[in-house]
Amino acid sequence: MQTAGGVSARLPIHSDLDLVWVRQHVRQAAAQLGFGLVAQTKLVTAASELARNTLVHGGGGEMECAPVSRAGVPGLRLTFSDEGPGIPDLDRALSDGYTSGDGLGMGLGGARRLVHEFRIDSSPGTGTTVTVTSWSAKPPLPREEA
Amino acid sequence: MTAPFPAPYGGHVPVLRLGGVLLVTFQGDLHDSQAEQLQQDVSEAAADNRVSGVVLDLSGVELVDSFLGRVIGDIAAKTRLLAAETVVCGMRPAVAITLVELGLTLPGLRTALSTEDAMRLLGQGSVSPRPGRTRQESP
Repeated sequence: MQTAGGVSARLPIHSDLDLVWVRQHVRQAAAQLGFGLVAQTKLVTAASELARNTLVHGGGGEMECAPVSRAGVPGLRLTFSDEGPGIPDLDRALSDGYTSGDGLGMGLGGARRLVHEFRIDSSPGTGTTVTVTSWSAKPPLPREEA
Repeated sequence: MTAPFPAPYGGHVPVLRLGGVLLVTFQGDLHDSQAEQLQQDVSEAAADNRVSGVVLDLSGVELVDSFLGRVIGDIAAKTRLLAAETVVCGMRPAVAITLVELGLTLPGLRTALSTEDAMRLLGQGSVSPRPGRTRQESP
């Protein structure tokens, strides 16, 4: 489960309290990898949005946190997965203002703007997996355009 | 499970009355349910104490996501209906940068840099307002 450094972890997402755990783990892991304060705050906020989606829309799941490295620049990869109903229309779910719950509809689209790389795999019936990666310094490769 | 990091500390939100103003000081990381409870507590306290203003001090908050952002906006809307003006103060720069990139600009919310400025903005300070220290976001 956990490896040296305490960055790698697999955290369950089944309650409000788990969201707090996720935020604090990501905050400390990012700080350990040398993320600046603004970069930490962006990544933690994205993690909070995605973890809440996993909890509210996916019926719970987990987050996997792993350190990554590219061209010598450390980064953090977060994978949120659930086995919920899935998202039938990804384009619509990613657009601002679209909400299937009682939120503001900023969750997915907002989270995508806060990270360097964003990938979502979902189809009805199989659940949803969202993978995001941010780097502690300027991205070594051009930003992935969505 | 074994904790890789220190256990999360629970958020804590005291609501104090200072003259005609309620001072709400956010501290730490709030659970969603605590944030929802807070909305109700502030609305009730605003009506019970017949205050004219509510100051939300966010200086102890490291993260405002869309949920907490909505709670803050809702508190401002609810207190307005109860004849009290809400001013948000002390937001950290990293939080402000992140909120805007997230797409949440909280239009119409009155803001101040410090609690003192917020109190002054609500007419509760002893010193006359200094221009340039308070700001109001245009809708």
